[in-house]
Amino acid sequence: MADRADFADQAMAFAPQLYSAALRLTHRPADAEDLLQETFLRAYRSFHTFEAGSNLRAWLYRILTNTYINRYRAAQRRVQEVELGDTPDLYLYRSLARLDPSTRSAEDTLFDLFTDDEVKAALEAVPDSFRMPVLLADVEGFSYKEIAEILDIPIGTVMSRLHRGRKAMQQRLFHVGVERGLILPEVPAPEPSAVGSQDHSQDGSHG
Amino acid sequence: MADCNETLRELHTFLDDELSEAARHSIEGHLGGCLDCLQAYDFHAELKLVIREKCRNDELPAGLVARIERCLDDDLDGDGRIG
Repeated sequence: MADRADFADQAMAFAPQLYSAALRLTHRPADAEDLLQETFLRAYRSFHTFEAGSNLRAWLYRILTNTYINRYRAAQRRVQEVELGDTPDLYLYRSLARLDPSTRSAEDTLFDLFTDDEVKAALEAVPDSFRMPVLLADVEGFSYKEIAEILDIPIGTVMSRLHRGRKAMQQRLFHVGVERGLILPEVPAPEPSAVGSQDHSQDGSHG
Repeated sequence: MADCNETLRELHTFLDDELSEAARHSIEGHLGGCLDCLQAYDFHAELKLVIREKCRNDELPAGLVARIERCLDDDLDGDGRIG
């Protein structure tokens, strides 16, 4: 049995960031609390299998995402409508670059342009299998190799889902920009297409 | 040295620090002399920072850690569920 004090000291230190990640996955505070609790229970139960010196943080995220996939996604598994519009690369960048330079200050624009809630909502709108790699890479700063191990998918799949997930998130931010009048209306919004479903059939893992 | 197409195609992998050393130097060389690509790089570097800053700042609900610690104590049979 793992030493209770060791576990509390080491794992609980990650509770705040794990809770944020749980919220990005479940959207709802009550579900995020339950997910975090079950994650810690599972971690506690198998803490003796954790190899000292290996990456505790990655291990906890692996339990978190596994628990989420098993408990929450399985429960509400339905024909997932993947609406990843095939946005051109750099679409958000090119759109925002068309903003009147006089309304943008050089440094702090992007940070101030979107509210915390808008950025969170944009991430949460990305379908699960694409959102998890983006969350792990861009929010949590894990390497491709770590993400591959956490999600148990090949590195090539991590990269392709990251690519598509990031584009989908930027597409949401683009729409926020249009709705708020930040982006000029003559830039047409890309139409959602069913291209995203190809990823599922090709890699055959967590769909 | 990388051209614009290659630089923009590899921009995210470059930002993720996941390129080989040779490829990284090639992109760095191009960014040093191409303002257009450097601006695209700056934008996406900042976007990545913005996403990180704004998506992990949720406040841990009061009492959650205490509740979890109680659950660990209560998980007597070790099945991962309370009781």
